[in-house]
Amino acid sequence: MTVAVQSATVDAPFATALLELGRRREDVVVLSADLSKYTDVLPFAEEFPDRFFQVGMAEANMMGIAGGLAKTGFLPIAVTYGVFATRRAYDQVAMALSTGPSRGIVVAFLPGITTPFKATHQAIDDLALMRALPGMTVIDPADATELSAAVEFAVAAAGPVYIRGMRAVVPRLFDPARFELRAREVLTGGEIGLISTGLGCQWALEAAELLDGRASLLHVPVLKPLDVDAVCTYCARFDVVTTVENHSIAGGLGTAVSEAVAGRGMPTRVRRLGVPDRWAPAGSLDYIRRELALDAAGIAEAVR
Amino acid sequence: MSAVATPSLTERAHEIRRTVLLMCRGRGQGYAGQGLGLADLFACLYFSELRASVDRFVLSTGHSAITLFAALHQQGVYELEELCTYGMDGSRIEESPLEGTPGFEITGGSLGQGLSQAVGMALGERLRGRDSRVYCLASDGELQEGQTWEACMAAGHHKLDNLVLFVDDNRMQADGATADVMNVEPVVDKLSAFGFAARRVDANSIDDVLAALDWAREQKGRPCGLVCSNLPGKGVPSFEVYAKVHYIRAPDDVWARALEELG
Ligand SMILES: Cc1ncc(C[n+]2csc(CCOP(=O)(O)OP(=O)(O)O)c2C)c(N)n1
Ligand SMILES: [Mg+2]
Repeated sequence: MTVAVQSATVDAPFATALLELGRRREDVVVLSADLSKYTDVLPFAEEFPDRFFQVGMAEANMMGIAGGLAKTGFLPIAVTYGVFATRRAYDQVAMALSTGPSRGIVVAFLPGITTPFKATHQAIDDLALMRALPGMTVIDPADATELSAAVEFAVAAAGPVYIRGMRAVVPRLFDPARFELRAREVLTGGEIGLISTGLGCQWALEAAELLDGRASLLHVPVLKPLDVDAVCTYCARFDVVTTVENHSIAGGLGTAVSEAVAGRGMPTRVRRLGVPDRWAPAGSLDYIRRELALDAAGIAEAVR
Repeated sequence: MSAVATPSLTERAHEIRRTVLLMCRGRGQGYAGQGLGLADLFACLYFSELRASVDRFVLSTGHSAITLFAALHQQGVYELEELCTYGMDGSRIEESPLEGTPGFEITGGSLGQGLSQAVGMALGERLRGRDSRVYCLASDGELQEGQTWEACMAAGHHKLDNLVLFVDDNRMQADGATADVMNVEPVVDKLSAFGFAARRVDANSIDDVLAALDWAREQKGRPCGLVCSNLPGKGVPSFEVYAKVHYIRAPDDVWARALEELG
């Protein structure tokens, strides 16, 4: 199976998914911390003003309020940027939303280096932090189809869920018809083993175009719980696999794959591509990718 | 003092505004509303109040950096040419810069954290026995972060009369008017309750700002809070309406007209 790189786009898929959910389930409530204009929650807020809570710029408080709503039988979806959902409100996400039996969903925008600002806005450690929370499901969608599916996945899940969001016009790589959110090979046959999550999928596909059909790609949208069988079956075919992610090389996909492979005592070497162990520069996404050698050429060069 | 100082500070403020517009014009976008609204306050701070290498200025509101860059231009820290690369790939004139950028004492921009560091600096300067004063700018939106109030409590508790908090009371934030998003008033009363000497200031009046800074220096035994009312876009009549948004993106002719209106 081959996937075209950014074949189409979808307008505000998260807004649509929230609206559909709101119409279907009266227990869904949405919270924003002064970023409703920037996180595609306004359509929900307009249609369900009673079930939308603007808490002001106060992310820790937002997670606490979400926890309270959960205890009164609602399913809270707290929406902000990734850095503020995790670094700023980590203890609150842990204590108010994740100890159970009640639970909440966190949707976090501006994943990784998809912001023009530097350390203050780049959520390069959110997956690591969320992966470390007991029972937390962690999803890094690659496109509009996966983002919509992630919302459904989160609603159907039993415990707390963290989803990385993308706003406004979002690329669509995958056909939503009969789509299933799981680890799967989106490029097969090549002797170069790539594994991606989130935006890393598109980056890996772009690199694959420079590799003349020599690349295979396993895409893993759900980082936790990791589909260890799928990952290890794939890794067994290669001496080296390369993970590609829009996140620090510490604690995200690369780490999860390393843990899976090492846990089974497999000899496959794991090469981790992502944000290296330093603060990334500010600027456009293309610029930052080039600077970090995460552009197509940089990735192709690393794996060739 | 005002008779002589005022005209020159007015010119300083005007030059800050011009620089802010030129910086935004490069990419056609930026935090122009904040830069124009805060220009008078920054003129007073950087060309009257702050003693070089003695006092400290802490910018908690990282995205208002544009005003500080523009003020530092007139201090010779940044050339206009470099400032016009504001927000561009590879430029160190970042829209929300980190500590280490010349003139920036802390990493602001993850909002609501700066006042704590200002409290730490005020404690440190006092412990060192220096008469340095610490000035911190935090926005009305930042008053919604609990940490700001934790810092206020500590400042009051430690009677930090070497600390001045400016609240950028521009009555707006990302999602709209602060009063609609999450009311923060009555700010003066709240600061007073936390042990501050607090008052409101018309931060678009240089005379009023200078008088408030004089008043702040006279306060003993407690920190000072100046709630700085200001109009986003001040000085560019068409922007005073247009700028009531958190971030401005506009075609070049809008910036050209704004520069004309500023004069
Ligand atoms: C902790 C944190 N939460 C959210 C944001 C995103 N954000 C950037 S500016 C802003 C509005 C804050 O209000 P204010 O500083 O008063 O805005 P302004 O007056 O400059 O429009 C928000 C929510 C942030 N930078 N930091
Ligand atoms: Mg404001």
